Amino acid sequence: MVQALTELDKKVDEIVSKYRGDKSALIQVLIEIQRENRWLPKEALKQVSQRLGVTLTQIYHIATFYKAFSLKPRGKHSATVCLGTACQVRGAPRLLDNITQTLKINPGETSADMQFSLDTARCLGCCAIGPVMVVDGEYYSKPSRKEVEQIVSAKEIES
Amino acid sequence: MPILNSAADLEKLRQQILDRDDRKRVVSVTNGTDGRTRNSEAVVQAFINEIKKQGLAGKLIVKSTGCHGFCEKEPTALILPEEICYVGVKPEDVPEIVSQTLAKGKVIKRLLYEDPVSGQRITRESEIPFYKSQNQTVLGNNRFLDMQKIDDYIALSGYSALARVLSEMTPEQVIEEVKSSGLRGRGGAGFPTGMKWEFCHNAEGEPKYVIVNCDEGDPGAYMDRSLMEGNPHSVLEGLLIGSYAIGAQDGYIYVRAEYPLAVENVDIAIRQAEEYGLLGQNILGSGFNFKITVHRGAGAFVCGEETALIASLEGRIGEPRQRPPFPATSGLWGKPTNINNVETWANVPLIINRGAKWFRSLGTERSKGTKIFSLVGKLQNTGLVEAPMGMTLGDIVFNIGGGIPDGKKFKAIQTGGPSGGVIPESLLNTPVDYEELSKLGAIMGSGGMIVMDEDTCLVDVARYFLNFLAGESCGKCVPCREGIYQMLKILDRICEGNGREGDIELLEEIGETVRDFSLCALGRTAPNPVLSTIRYFRDEYEVHIKEKRCPALVCKELISYYIDPEKCQACLICLRDCPAEAITGDKKIVHVIDQEKCTKCGTCLEVCPPRFGAVTKLDRVKVPEPVRQKREVVRK
Repeated sequence: MVQALTELDKKVDEIVSKYRGDKSALIQVLIEIQRENRWLPKEALKQVSQRLGVTLTQIYHIATFYKAFSLKPRGKHSATVCLGTACQVRGAPRLLDNITQTLKINPGETSADMQFSLDTARCLGCCAIGPVMVVDGEYYSKPSRKEVEQIVSAKEIES
Repeated sequence: MPILNSAADLEKLRQQILDRDDRKRVVSVTNGTDGRTRNSEAVVQAFINEIKKQGLAGKLIVKSTGCHGFCEKEPTALILPEEICYVGVKPEDVPEIVSQTLAKGKVIKRLLYEDPVSGQRITRESEIPFYKSQNQTVLGNNRFLDMQKIDDYIALSGYSALARVLSEMTPEQVIEEVKSSGLRGRGGAGFPTGMKWEFCHNAEGEPKYVIVNCDEGDPGAYMDRSLMEGNPHSVLEGLLIGSYAIGAQDGYIYVRAEYPLAVENVDIAIRQAEEYGLLGQNILGSGFNFKITVHRGAGAFVCGEETALIASLEGRIGEPRQRPPFPATSGLWGKPTNINNVETWANVPLIINRGAKWFRSLGTERSKGTKIFSLVGKLQNTGLVEAPMGMTLGDIVFNIGGGIPDGKKFKAIQTGGPSGGVIPESLLNTPVDYEELSKLGAIMGSGGMIVMDEDTCLVDVARYFLNFLAGESCGKCVPCREGIYQMLKILDRICEGNGREGDIELLEEIGETVRDFSLCALGRTAPNPVLSTIRYFRDEYEVHIKEKRCPALVCKELISYYIDPEKCQACLICLRDCPAEAITGDKKIVHVIDQEKCTKCGTCLEVCPPRFGAVTKLDRVKVPEPVRQKREVVRK
């Protein structure tokens, strides 16, 4: 655990240095930490606060306002179901039911074994091929119930 | 790469590129975000490998392009100059395409688009009905451009508008040209672009900033993503021209978090433009300097609003503020700032190259040029459509969109995202422009058009949008934060069968308050989905409230799933698949849904073989009593 933290320390350091300690780059810094680490641990935010000279409350203000940030640990894999209007009218609620039942977690939750996190998106901008689901950055168009199960089990075997 | 020091250098480079690529056959494979859901990256790679393998390297060019529009049929492979268009291409089709079409010019019939009406195979892309009535002036170049190669853009006379502006025009002349073209903001509000530039140009204070708004938040709209992915240089060129006119040296591109490929491609485009000296110091030897920074959004719908976007760029939470002062006088860091949407910027080089008069010749009295729409939902052909302003909704839905699939009936079209409204069938002959759509209680917005068929419940649609807006309201002002929430609560109870007499009037009253007193456009337009559905589909609300029925069979609390004992063939499929274990029965014993256990997820209806068609939805909560005697099924 201690080792993991120092590794994160180093990463945070690199990211902050990349933006030359510029306060206005706070959101960009947080985006990169989120991407590297999948969530924002308090230790990392304290470090950002010190390095950028921004108060911790300000950082929490930002981290709770924007949806890209998570203050809770997230699973190794991430699945996102688009609930944009085009997907909605073409069966996104059914797709969400399917993945919810397959993963046995609700949107916004992470499985107990830390394998999967499930989220919904407002719109992913692939409206002509909906309903759309994204798993670890790969987009799937109109996956059936069976395909959803296959995608999930393939990820579970992989890890 | 050589630094270009003048307009003549740019023209020389263009000639070199044209000579290099002269008389080579090109295959353009759509490889944007949509194509990638269907393995388009593997298709591109297969073309590259296969061309090498068949010894055709050097004679052919493979382009990995953004979306051409007909996203639903991607990946498509367009072969130029013949314009042969293959749809739904798979990597295993590639060897045949290379050996037959690319090497010998022979058409492979089975890969051509098949017209669902006539059953005819169509060879040329422009003859596919989806494209026939379109006029793709902004989006059209996507098909000729490898999305990560600046040379392709330069070959199409890219950056020549910039060269002309820098060498021949004063900032005032540029503003005058854009003003006279009649271009209006494509992000939603439709404010005249030239006038916006002039305000910023005339504003006191230095430095000045320009911003590209690519925070395309409206669900169901994705034209900005496609332009940013497929033709990022057209946006950069527009931005450069605008910044010269306004007098800015720093530009920002705000891209939403959900568009990773757009960020990637615009980053590459900026780097390439810098290498040619089209960005940076002393651009084309004119003394004009310009720098661009890309800012990734972190997920907040309200950041599409310009003052919220500026707050976000400054590293704060995206809360809008009262206007005036407008960003043109006090924007980023309190300095004069001009923000335009992606599509607006991409129109600018066209106006400079072809002239304001040409631009004015397209469109209606007050809305000029073309507009890209994302035509999606329950439609035969879905994708991006670019048409001159003034085309009627009906033409867009039926001529381009090909009407409603599966023999269903058209019910409504929703325009303008969560700020927009729903338009019924009786008004389909309305020409699409900013004013006409506003009159109907809808808006043009960023150009999202979502078609709904008879299986859509419009009370549920209104609830869907309000749920979206309740989650996205930043919470700063009371009318928006509380008003939307209260309206949502009322809609929830109507959809759950607990609607009360007077609820419709209450929705209207709260809606008017939210509309009139919210701080920013998010709140001011938030009631549109509710007010417009009440206006055109009041009877649907009344049936929900008075009869506790959902005629479209959507609202879960108002419907039941039912297995017709006469049709059930006791095949066990639904029984096994039901996630709630609510279905009883056995081999040869008719299946019955336990209504107490049923979660109304719809799995049984989905899995029941169509040849049996035994599962149906009923528009009431009470279902017929199960047959007392368990009927034995003899399979037909």
